[in-house]
Amino acid sequence: MWFSKLLACLVGVSCVPLAWAQQKPVAFTGARILPIAGPEIPDGVLVVWGGRIVAVGPASSTRIPAGAARVDARGKVIMPGLIDSHSHIASVEGADASAPIQPDIRVLDSLDVRDARVQKAQAGGITTANVMPGSGHLLSGQTLYLKLRDGRVIDDLLIRLPDGRIAGGMKMANGTNSRRNAPFPGTRAKSASLVREQYVKAMDYRDKCRQAGGDTAKMPARDLRLEGLVEVLEGKRTVHHHTHAQQDILTVLRLRKEFGFKVVLHHVSDAWKVADEIARAGTPVSLILIDSPGGKIEARDNRLESAAALERAGALFGFHTDDGITDSRLFLRMAALGVRAGLSREKALYGVTMANAIILDLQDRVGSLEPGKDADFILLSGDPLSVYTKVLETWVEGAKVFDRANPKDYLYAVGGHGASHDQADFFELEDWQ
Amino acid sequence: MMRPLLLLLFVASALRAQIAVRGDTVYTMAGAPVKDGMVLIREGKIERVGPASQVRTPSGYLPLRARIVTPGLIDAHTVVGLTGYLNQPHDQEQIERSAPMQPELRAIDAYDVQEKLVEWVRGFGVTTIHTGHGPGALISGQTMIAKTAAPNTERATLVPAAMVAATLGGLARADQGKSPGTRAKMIAMLRTELLKAREYGTKKPKDRDLRLEALGPVVEGKLPLLVTVHRAPDILSAIRVGKEFNLRLVLDGAADAHMVLEEIKASGYPVIVHPTMARSGGETANLSMETAAKLRASGIPFALQSGFESYVPKTRVVLWEAGAAAANGLKFEEALASVTIDAARLLGIDSRVGSLEPGKDGDVALYDGDPFEYTSHCTGVIIDGKVVSETKR
Repeated sequence: MWFSKLLACLVGVSCVPLAWAQQKPVAFTGARILPIAGPEIPDGVLVVWGGRIVAVGPASSTRIPAGAARVDARGKVIMPGLIDSHSHIASVEGADASAPIQPDIRVLDSLDVRDARVQKAQAGGITTANVMPGSGHLLSGQTLYLKLRDGRVIDDLLIRLPDGRIAGGMKMANGTNSRRNAPFPGTRAKSASLVREQYVKAMDYRDKCRQAGGDTAKMPARDLRLEGLVEVLEGKRTVHHHTHAQQDILTVLRLRKEFGFKVVLHHVSDAWKVADEIARAGTPVSLILIDSPGGKIEARDNRLESAAALERAGALFGFHTDDGITDSRLFLRMAALGVRAGLSREKALYGVTMANAIILDLQDRVGSLEPGKDADFILLSGDPLSVYTKVLETWVEGAKVFDRANPKDYLYAVGGHGASHDQADFFELEDWQ
Repeated sequence: MMRPLLLLLFVASALRAQIAVRGDTVYTMAGAPVKDGMVLIREGKIERVGPASQVRTPSGYLPLRARIVTPGLIDAHTVVGLTGYLNQPHDQEQIERSAPMQPELRAIDAYDVQEKLVEWVRGFGVTTIHTGHGPGALISGQTMIAKTAAPNTERATLVPAAMVAATLGGLARADQGKSPGTRAKMIAMLRTELLKAREYGTKKPKDRDLRLEALGPVVEGKLPLLVTVHRAPDILSAIRVGKEFNLRLVLDGAADAHMVLEEIKASGYPVIVHPTMARSGGETANLSMETAAKLRASGIPFALQSGFESYVPKTRVVLWEAGAAAANGLKFEEALASVTIDAARLLGIDSRVGSLEPGKDGDVALYDGDPFEYTSHCTGVIIDGKVVSETKR
């Protein structure tokens, strides 16, 4: 037991007290299991222990460890916890109006994990989320990939990478949202020009740092903005790029070619127009499907058919809520709307799990039900793509963080008086009663 | 580009205006669903409805088939046709901010039959919309009822002036330094205006005042006042004013309705419930996906709406809102009723639309499965006996 914990720490999984609480294996039996990593298992067993998945397979051939607690999950569906590659929960704030490019800004310094919307995301079955600042800037700050554990403070939700850094990306945008009065750009070409200018500076800064060869006397003065961009240039921080219109999508691909950063295209309303170009560039997409086109000029051609078009083109794509553009509690609905417009069932479910794990570089620990991965999974009342299906339970690293049978959790799931109260207020109120 | 088949259907149906729709299940909303049912449409009206075994299809009728057939859906409150999909100043006609109360603004002077969102909701089976001036001012203007396919406003219009739209609570607050700045001020201003309108109606002065004239039918109890109101205290304020002036009130949105069910029930006022999947926060912090089910259980008349959206997406689709209500406590047929016959009754247009009964308008929606399922499709839409959409959506 101690060894698996040690191993978990060594490979970089966060050693969170909540996960340690699970001292005994738990086996879920009788469920229809959608492992994503392989075909559906009609009568499956899932065993979790110490915050990790120990076994997953058919009832006939999967050994349940002695002493395991058994949970009867007959009639239910189990699938990996959902991964949202673009969300704005937890009262996130990013850059201010002083400049269009602010790579020194960290959402880390703004998040409130007791925000009711974190609970609502758990109620929607989301276990990992990329929490981002907004799209009103060319670059609005450093994002965070969060595990939606039941936490008191932001540190409880962070994901530590093997090298000790905190997992997260960089939010950028082009198109119309970032076009504003000076010092913001007024045109698309100016937007690209301002970004290129900063990348050139960052390359120069990076080269000076390298030339110093570890000699602190020769190092340039620290520049937090350029440091952020150097992380991008070195591929340590994926760019999550808001981009809707086809010309803006192609601009991102052009800049990527010039500077070599790692990028994921986000929203991508016009994906159906340039699916082949996106696939050929090998650039992943984080897609949003909305109830109707428009709401702004760059989203006027948003179509439910985009998902199927990307599938046909062979591009890697996941979905995102963009919460509050869409509600985290309805994330599975987006995958289903993709199917409505021609997407395969397999890619729809892949798009809310494994595809986003790859997009966030977390594919070794989340996104599918496989032994050794984090015990992040959800129990559903029925087929994941049906309007009538409910998320019954959400588990993160072996700890249950949402239970529809619990009245407090139920409130967050359906709404009502108090459902928008942040966690702290709610519990304090209860304590006083 | 219009597909040849669709064009052919348009031509054929326009010429003959005779259609025979056969459905594995036909939800007439006037009695039990009919298994293997047939709906005959002639000259724009429903001619006959019944089991296919008993309804002979006369020759020359265009045959259409679907797994599920329902009346054309009714969106009990939307702003499509006024709030354009691009969301730019030039296409936002649902609110005018020069004054807090402008009941004289008519929806028919703003409605755009060609607006993309009208076509969008039509594709999902929505054939009738109650649309017009939106929430956001104490009195924003009038609403209208329209069919979603027509060459111009005159032909689209079912009811040119359906209600006068008002808003109470935070959404009606004027800019800093202007009135109304508080909730109490909103009520004071509203009462003052209603008193003026009443006096205007009694004295009938020579100089016409379009503003007071527009409120005339409201104070006479002929035209409903549609009050968009979310918080419980504001719902009670709306009821208080409604009773004081003997208004025909319709509570709209009503996120907190589930907290004041007894009071709403006692008032006798119907509710057009907020979109089931609406975003919570601010005025709507307490909204619930179960509000429709709770109103139903309390015996309060209600219908569903797509509401108003200020950003992306620019409108919701009432079909999907009904689906969410069906997934959150309403029975399937109750949810369907809330976007068909119950909506028609609430809007006072049930002699024309809302159910599949002989003599009513030939408005029909076709689906290839449970209409509420995310993965089902609307496969055909008929309005006034014409096939207006055949795109699988």
